[in-house]
Amino acid sequence: MKKISLIPVLLVGALLVYAAQDFPEWGSPNSPASQSPVSSHFIANTGVDTEVPNMVTAVLADYRGFDTMFETVVVFIAGMAVLAILKNSSKKKAGSKEFEVDVEPDLIVTNTVRLLIPVIQIFAFYVLAHGHVSPGGGFQGGVVMGASFILIALSWDLDTALARFPADRCTLVAGLGIVLYAGIGLLSMFLGGEFLDYAELAQIFPVSREMARYHAMLGVEIGVGLTVTAIMFSLYANLSTEGRLKGGL
Amino acid sequence: MFEEGAIINELFIERLNYLIYVVLLLIGLHAMISKNNLMKKLIGMSIFQTAIILFYVSVGVKEGASIPIYLPEHDPHGSHVSLGAGNETEEASHGPVVLEAGLIKKYANPLPHVLMLTAIVVGVATLGLALALCQRIYQGYGTIEEDEILAKIEREEMRAHPSVAVKSMESSKPATSKVKKPATKSKESSTLSAKRAKSNPKTKAKTAPSTSQLKSSRSKSASSQPKTSASKSSSAKAKPATSKPKTKAKPQAKPKAKTTARPKSASTAKKTAPSKAKPRTPKK
Amino acid sequence: MGLELFNTFILLLLVVAAIVALRVKDLLTASVVFGVYSFLMCLLWAEMGAVDVAFTEATVGAGISTVVMIATIFNLKRKSSD
Repeated sequence: MKKISLIPVLLVGALLVYAAQDFPEWGSPNSPASQSPVSSHFIANTGVDTEVPNMVTAVLADYRGFDTMFETVVVFIAGMAVLAILKNSSKKKAGSKEFEVDVEPDLIVTNTVRLLIPVIQIFAFYVLAHGHVSPGGGFQGGVVMGASFILIALSWDLDTALARFPADRCTLVAGLGIVLYAGIGLLSMFLGGEFLDYAELAQIFPVSREMARYHAMLGVEIGVGLTVTAIMFSLYANLSTEGRLKGGL
Repeated sequence: MFEEGAIINELFIERLNYLIYVVLLLIGLHAMISKNNLMKKLIGMSIFQTAIILFYVSVGVKEGASIPIYLPEHDPHGSHVSLGAGNETEEASHGPVVLEAGLIKKYANPLPHVLMLTAIVVGVATLGLALALCQRIYQGYGTIEEDEILAKIEREEMRAHPSVAVKSMESSKPATSKVKKPATKSKESSTLSAKRAKSNPKTKAKTAPSTSQLKSSRSKSASSQPKTSASKSSSAKAKPATSKPKTKAKPQAKPKAKTTARPKSASTAKKTAPSKAKPRTPKK
Repeated sequence: MGLELFNTFILLLLVVAAIVALRVKDLLTASVVFGVYSFLMCLLWAEMGAVDVAFTEATVGAGISTVVMIATIFNLKRKSSD
């Protein structure tokens, strides 16, 4: 089996290495990908169109907003699928657990985490809100936020974390994020533009069209952040307890 | 060897990123194919995924370029700060400008970054889904080793559908222990039995080809002497036929009462023997 | 030159980390080594100028996915046959 599997692997490898010779030189500014009019347009016009210095955020939330919206939906669906798979699944248990954890939360760990959690959560908000001018954005901020809840669950126990962020609220918040994202898109559609054409929001907010896009992007990122936060925490909570949401790591 | 255009130079110096992406992709692919443990397969899948992301990001790199965030002189907000944000004339003169072509080279290509950024987050969500499935499999079968799961599935199938089980057993019999001869026989008679399988549903037409097939098999392997041709031909027919694809074998097992009686006894004998012996055999 | 050397070093280390993550028999070790692999990848992308991707990989690949994998292994067997 192992020997046979080497044949297709090496075949694929030979083909890919053969193709790699035709790639442009690494880091060449004249490579086709860098010369393409699309990315040149993004680099040249992002500042004028949206006033967002971070091109990645602008392309992510504005130019390719439709793509990002459905990526968020994919994250949401994956989280819901984990819920559906593991819900009520632990009735029949075939295997035994590798190790059980039933120790008191450690004093040093909990006190350190008690100091760390606010910092981490403020950093998450900073990453989310400051994603326009520095690396960051909704995905990163959401993941850091979700990680802070996971840290609570790891250092105390899952019940403590679930008391702060209950499981059913996870689902609600995750859905709310997508509703916020789609709502901003629909609002701009009702104002006469296209779906996710944030510039039209300038009609109801006292800002220029460029700044309307700037601020609408922040709203969209908050939506993404909400969904990602909730789904990441719900993933951990379900996977560590086989869907029982009790005990766990 | 290291001069311009040589393959070593091409691949190892200028395109090392592409070479490593291929290597990582192959490591991931090989793990996905050949690893036995489902968690290892998932780690392989993640390595495969990051190899693709490495490829995309490598394509977007520009030598000597800055990160895709505007430098202060191209950024309205940055220049406001540096100029001390005052009257409107300054603001107008330092508004955002469309970059000219020469400056585009100074920023890395943002498009691959955007594509891959979402791919990573979606990747972890789907990884969580796969891990949930893993846990479910473990709850159902008590193991995440692929061969043990397959053995258990086979055993359960045997228990649930004895007729199907007989077939799978018959088909697996030549490969395992019973006799080496039927394996060679069935290989040679496979063309014959495939021909026969087409004309088979009529029970009348099958005697002639079966005897010819029997003869050929007897001449090849010089096995037992089939004096009573009726019972022997039916049994000999049932054996190579069931070693055929399962859909073909289904109608053949029906017509004879004798054949159904025979595999029954075989199934009871088999239920004890291979259910213990089966899981061991694939385990090298 | 220095940057290229760094690039080469990280790339080779990546291959080593990938192989170790797949060869080790203990699944807990495997997922931790996979976290190391993710961090190396993050370093490589930061070096290539893809700061957003590097940030995402550092939080997602090295943070969440390692934790989620360990949470899963907690419910499964820790030993692997290969």
